[in-house]
Amino acid sequence: MKLKIIAVIVFLLFLLFVSCQSDEQMEFNRYYSSGSLIYQNHCQNCHGTNGEGLQGLIPSLKDSVFLKYNKNTLACLVKYGLKKNITILKRSYDSEMPPNDLAPIQIANVLTYITNSFGNKMGTITLPQVGIDLTKCK
Amino acid sequence: MKKLVVAIGIVLLWNACKFNNNEKVLPILGSRRAVTKVVNGQTVTDTVYQTIPAIKYINQYGDSINDKNLDGNIYVADFFFTTCPSICPIMQRNMLNVYNAFKDSTGFKIVSYTIDPQHDSIPVLKRYADKLGINGNTWWLLQGHKDETYQVAKSYLVSVQEKNPAGEYIHDGYFILIDKKKRIRGTYDGTNPDEVKKLIADIKILKAEPVI
Repeated sequence: MKLKIIAVIVFLLFLLFVSCQSDEQMEFNRYYSSGSLIYQNHCQNCHGTNGEGLQGLIPSLKDSVFLKYNKNTLACLVKYGLKKNITILKRSYDSEMPPNDLAPIQIANVLTYITNSFGNKMGTITLPQVGIDLTKCK
Repeated sequence: MKKLVVAIGIVLLWNACKFNNNEKVLPILGSRRAVTKVVNGQTVTDTVYQTIPAIKYINQYGDSINDKNLDGNIYVADFFFTTCPSICPIMQRNMLNVYNAFKDSTGFKIVSYTIDPQHDSIPVLKRYADKLGINGNTWWLLQGHKDETYQVAKSYLVSVQEKNPAGEYIHDGYFILIDKKKRIRGTYDGTNPDEVKKLIADIKILKAEPVI
């Protein structure tokens, strides 16, 4: 009998916890889990399961400083690729990154995944934000 | 008493398993034919296994490499090109594990043939090797004639195909294990980390095998 009461209380607490998740948190979770699949299909071959890159050939995705300072150009990098030199974690990379034919929502998803995985923690990169960023691609 | 019997049984079983492990021999793959010849007045039938054809290539240091340079070596072969965006990075990541496991041991090599020799010149291969973080003579990146590479590839059981319409090379991503007598002893999916672990284990078995 006692056990039942405890079980019911635990269940109620669980419900409370789930329903208390804010809208933002739910949006983040949606973006993040969709982004994880897109990452597997479009990024993982080169950048690795853990975003580790490949030695001096393919940059790692763990440079949180780079990601932070280039937050508004990341969408352009994903969509149009990259041909010029970049420096990641003090290492210079000059190989070309190919463009990815992704919809803006997919770019928002995958960027949310990348910027909140591998030790990064930048919050949701939303669809409206990606829309604005994409109009400014050089 | 019962317990003792069970314990002895377990020990015996354990040893039996260990013994089997030591005896593991890798198969010899590829085509084979029987050759009958006369030795000392007696007719003897021998099996001749498929071997890798003679090669003539240049490595990332600009040195000429032919099949003599691989004599007496166990080696792993694969095909790649430096600008490959699809499976090559996974293959190289996995091959690096093989390299790191055996880079200090003698009689072992990795040979990666480029299937885009026009772009992958010697300086391009050298830069690629540097960026991959490989040095010394354990891992050779080889450039040669495209036709020849395709012939070698065929004998390695790997199909390397002509450029597809989208402008990318297709290849199978296999790692092939060759023994000291240039016979094929195993093929492994170079994009699958578990198969590459098996490759590393198999190299150890092959290294311990006496050359007959």
